[in-house]
Amino acid sequence: MTRHLLIRSLDRGAVTFVIVVAALAIIVPVLNLATPASSALHLPTYLVALFGKYACYALLALSIDLIWGYCGILSLGHGAFFALGGYAMGMYLMRQIGTRGIYANPILPDFMVFLNWKALPVYWYGFQWFPYALLMIFVVPGALAFVFGWFAFRSRVSGVYLSIITQALTYALMLGFFRNNFGFGGNNGLTDFKDLLGFNVQAETTRNALFSISCLAVVLAFLLCRVVIASKFGKVLVAIRDAEARARFLGYRVESYKLFVFTLSACMAGLAGALYVPQVGIINPSEFAPGNSIEAVIWVAVGGRGTLVGAALGAVAVNYAKTFFTGGMLAPYWLFVLGGLFVVVTLLLPRGIVSTLRHWTALQRDGASAAAEDGVAEPLPAG
Amino acid sequence: MRDVHGRVAALVFALGLILAGATVAHAGPYEDALAKFTEGSLSDTGDGINGVAVSGNPLAERVLAALKDGRLMFSAEKKTVYIQAKNGKLFDAFTGKPFTGKPPDDIDNVIVNNRLRNVIDADLGALTLMSRNSNRRFDAAQAVFRSRDLSVLPNVEKALAEETDPRTKRALEQARAAILLYDAKSSAADKIAATAVIGDRGDQDSLGLLDGLPPDLPPAVHAAVAAARASIAHTLALWNGVQNAWYGLSLGSVLLLAAIGLAITFGVMGVINMAHGEMVMLGAYVTFVVQQAIRAYDPNLFDYSLAIALPLAFAVAGGVGIVIERTIIRFLYGRPLETLLATWGLSLILQQTVRTIFGPTNEDVGNPSWMSGAFDFGGITITYNRLWIVCFAFAVFLALLAILRYTRFGLEMRAVTQNRPMAASMGIRTGRVDALTFGLGSAIAGIAGVALSQIDNVSPNLGQGYIIDSFMVVVFGGVGNLWGTAVGALTLGIANKFLEPYAGAVLGKIAVLILIILFIQKRPRGMFALKGRTVEA
Amino acid sequence: MQKSIEAAAKRLRGSRWLTAAGLAVALTLGFMAARPARADDTIKVGILHSLSGTMAISETTLKDVMLMLIKEQNEKGGLLGKKLVPVVVDPASNWPLFAEKARELISKDHVAVVFGCWTSVSRKSVLPVFKELDNILFYPVQFEGEESERNVFYTGAAPNQQAIPAVDYLMSKDGGSVKRWVLEGTDYVYPRTTNKILLAYLKQKGVADADIMVNYTPFGFSDWQTEVSKIKAFGSAGKKTAVVSTINGDANVPFYKELGNQGIKATDIPVMAFSVGEEELAGLDTKPLVGHLAAWNYFESIKTPANRKFIAEWHNFIGNAKRVTNDPMEAHYIGFNMWVKAVEKAGTTDPDKVIAALPGIKVPNLTGGISTMLPNHYITKPVYIGEIRPDGQFDVVWKTKGLVPGDAWSKYLPGSKNYIADWVKLKCGHYGTVTKKCSGSS
Repeated sequence: MTRHLLIRSLDRGAVTFVIVVAALAIIVPVLNLATPASSALHLPTYLVALFGKYACYALLALSIDLIWGYCGILSLGHGAFFALGGYAMGMYLMRQIGTRGIYANPILPDFMVFLNWKALPVYWYGFQWFPYALLMIFVVPGALAFVFGWFAFRSRVSGVYLSIITQALTYALMLGFFRNNFGFGGNNGLTDFKDLLGFNVQAETTRNALFSISCLAVVLAFLLCRVVIASKFGKVLVAIRDAEARARFLGYRVESYKLFVFTLSACMAGLAGALYVPQVGIINPSEFAPGNSIEAVIWVAVGGRGTLVGAALGAVAVNYAKTFFTGGMLAPYWLFVLGGLFVVVTLLLPRGIVSTLRHWTALQRDGASAAAEDGVAEPLPAG
Repeated sequence: MRDVHGRVAALVFALGLILAGATVAHAGPYEDALAKFTEGSLSDTGDGINGVAVSGNPLAERVLAALKDGRLMFSAEKKTVYIQAKNGKLFDAFTGKPFTGKPPDDIDNVIVNNRLRNVIDADLGALTLMSRNSNRRFDAAQAVFRSRDLSVLPNVEKALAEETDPRTKRALEQARAAILLYDAKSSAADKIAATAVIGDRGDQDSLGLLDGLPPDLPPAVHAAVAAARASIAHTLALWNGVQNAWYGLSLGSVLLLAAIGLAITFGVMGVINMAHGEMVMLGAYVTFVVQQAIRAYDPNLFDYSLAIALPLAFAVAGGVGIVIERTIIRFLYGRPLETLLATWGLSLILQQTVRTIFGPTNEDVGNPSWMSGAFDFGGITITYNRLWIVCFAFAVFLALLAILRYTRFGLEMRAVTQNRPMAASMGIRTGRVDALTFGLGSAIAGIAGVALSQIDNVSPNLGQGYIIDSFMVVVFGGVGNLWGTAVGALTLGIANKFLEPYAGAVLGKIAVLILIILFIQKRPRGMFALKGRTVEA
Repeated sequence: MQKSIEAAAKRLRGSRWLTAAGLAVALTLGFMAARPARADDTIKVGILHSLSGTMAISETTLKDVMLMLIKEQNEKGGLLGKKLVPVVVDPASNWPLFAEKARELISKDHVAVVFGCWTSVSRKSVLPVFKELDNILFYPVQFEGEESERNVFYTGAAPNQQAIPAVDYLMSKDGGSVKRWVLEGTDYVYPRTTNKILLAYLKQKGVADADIMVNYTPFGFSDWQTEVSKIKAFGSAGKKTAVVSTINGDANVPFYKELGNQGIKATDIPVMAFSVGEEELAGLDTKPLVGHLAAWNYFESIKTPANRKFIAEWHNFIGNAKRVTNDPMEAHYIGFNMWVKAVEKAGTTDPDKVIAALPGIKVPNLTGGISTMLPNHYITKPVYIGEIRPDGQFDVVWKTKGLVPGDAWSKYLPGSKNYIADWVKLKCGHYGTVTKKCSGSS
């Protein structure tokens, strides 16, 4: 049954996407490790790190698209879950430094020694074990999302109200994590990592492995999302998105559906953050900044809301544009380009790039059958 | 301190001479002292102040006042000293006559530091205790209260005997009490009486004065001091509450100003306007440009700069708002989340535009004189700029309410936002009303920028600092309800300021955010929720 | 169900696989094609300062000053007969982006050296990159110290080159014989460290706990009413009180505005700031602030021929005679000249050789002294105390006798007083003088 569900959930675009990402997961390390630096085919390590970052952003975008595109929950605070997952990973990495820190304290990270902390705070216990840290990467964001969602969905907070209080949530967390007495390193955050599971995080092989794992995570998360959406559960989600009151009147427990998918999405965002941290080498409270969360929503909108593939592509495209324009001669003007992109996409491609492409191809072929095949070529969702 | 005493004693003597009409300048000491200012070292300048103050020369007060303000100029080469008037004209400090001709090339102002400024203040205080202007006498009495200089006591008593203005008289009595309390030789009875005077004054300075007393007081005095301290502490605690309420009101009015434009663009029109903060920023930059123009063309108009900036900011921000509405927003009605995307892009563009034109650094927006300084209201200090901002916020709020309720445009606006097809079929040009409504919201953000430029940085990042708070206020108050926005802003401001002294600035703010989150659970549509069928749309 | 499986299988067949794999290869190659070729007749200099976001306000000026210095060096004939080419990137005040851009500068653009960063967190973020790829960073901002890395050269002030002399001045008769202290800072690592050092120092000088108030506010804090009234209350206890401010950037303008409006004059409670210079004051009406203090290693108002020339060149370069100069700009001036001299001495831009050549390099600073690069990668600097003037400049009211060498590890902190840094003899950034061991560098 599961297999059936999985296969049923894949359409052409999805298959291509899975293949491309899986191929990248293999090709990139090969080009980086197996070719000499002088070769024309050699892929420099900094690009591997960059691609790894994009993969994490793509995963975050998938998690947002799952709730926004298919359940109509617009979270403007998903960066909070991303950052919490990142902090869980960062705490593990900090504990791995051990006596190699400046102050050579076997238990306390350097910043705690520096702030005269005598003992490790309780919430840091256990993070030296990878399985525990791995668990926390899902549990912490998931639990926060569950509690938050429990209250919010039960009292039927929806629409912009929900969006704004998710923003309040991430903003409050940002202010909290900025405080040095919170025990997460304050503004400097967690940095100067050494080992991940015994591998040097700066080694080329580790970077390539992390990249491949990130790609794998994107593929798995994508498949998971497709399965969820293709199942009966997913149909109810779409029903809630399109007419919440009617779904409720039909007897569905709207809160439970929303709560489940919201928590699942938060766990995915947490995983994205956890993969992101060892690749960029730092986690800091500015990841909680509301602007970051809004930007992540914009990736999804640019790529195409409610398409999953589009969300991931949007994340990569916008971030590639950012990388491209923040370097070189355009550096002082890149905000014009980025801002202009958002305006133009909204006005000219209101469905996002992928949906628009699908729409065009569908128009070129026989409109009706193509739309039915996509299954999600829905009318533009409101709100 | 001892050398100060000696100097001031001499000064009092000199003062006596001046008052007696002995206007003959002492040729030697004054000129010698002035010459010290040309040496360019702080210790020489200190000697110079000393010398000028005791010289008895009628120019002494002018020289010291100029020195304090950095308007005393010198030329090391020519050994000359000038007093620069506030309008920039030079006067010869030796003769007091206007200086004509070309100033020396190496002219520079005489440098003083805080210690010397305190010496000048003490000297000037003593020099002005007998001034004709009652405000200056009052200030001098306050300066003596702070310096508690024993040698000024005879002078204070003399001034006290002649004083007629009740306020200054009280200040002089307090100054006398302060001196007596710290005088080891004064009697216990005098000290107890002095304690009562200080206790009546009852402000933070009085408490500090009593706290700083030496521990070896006679028991009776000690008891009186303890009682006075307890009473002052009690009064201060009460005033503390008033102060928090005032600070809260003031913060609330800032939030109200920042949010009220958003209450229209977001609350009424449903546009998630992320570029709202940038409209506020535009208003602040208009103020800056107006002030630059005034500085360049007619500095006398500076006090009117905000009055000139207000309509301009209204027009500029409103104009930009209308352009945005016509070119972008109007294609996005009914798709609020896409407005979020487009306006976020717009906010990036606007920020970078301003950064490109004006540079990334803070711009200097000055406070007009009527917005500078503070006055004491009972036990709290109220600064004029905060007071004006509170008044302004309420004026804007009331004006907006009036526009919505009593004008034809307000009526059309409400009609269009409530039921667009119906309004259109009644002959309202909905497109025009949309543009004007968005323009109005932006224009109000613009004039908020004029006010906020008085208390915050004027930089391209200005708007970013307010956008989240503004959304919180509108959502907390209830989308689509102006009263909700006002009550929401004030509630959040006051809650924040009452939490801040206990929890600290950060935890206070976090607590407020959590309160908002919890409150929304209780009232999912804000404090003043709109009722009816439109709600589900 | 069978039908849907068949349909899915049908989709998987055919050229789909090939197309997808081809797409992936094309994507990767597309990225690589963007790589520029390495040119040998130029030397590239990386400039890593935020041009957008919250830090643009401070950092953009430093980018401009670097462009000016590079232009002037090229007019003098370049370096080693080659032309210097600046490579400007925008890390957008985003700390992970700093690391990414640093990597890009070194790996893609092959720069010989990077001048950049402002906040400590941005420096911490790029540190692993510089260590891994073995390049040089010149860091121009006053900071908390407690760090010495082989690849980083710190041209800003360490706490002992700013905070300690400033407190000494306030305690002196000229400074007003201050007895009571408010340590007011933004909540991040620089104020925390500086205040920790100052607390240890003040206690050593016999100041009681009751006479010290420490307070932290968040970044960009703008509503100072409560905090300023707290300072006012603390300062009216009958003892001379001063505020030592490590308030960062944006929060300063509202802070000083509130101080001025609540009538706290410098003669009553002076504020000694470590992060407020000419550039910050340019955004303020400074008349109510006259007499408040700042401690720096450079002031624009210092009249030396070198400084006059620098200011004139700056105005000429930027095309605006009103733009001020400040301490971090001087730090870049010193750092750039040191790097130029070291490259000339080493005869190559190879980072390892330049790192070895840098300690001991002496260049004139802008205030009439000669600054030296020390073995711990800090430099010697004079310390000046300035009082704010009505025109937004500073009057120097005090200065140290000679130049002060920067301490990588503070002498006043129990955790670091037994450590030194020496990259010449010991080859170590954290050497225990008691343990005789080098720790913290892998």
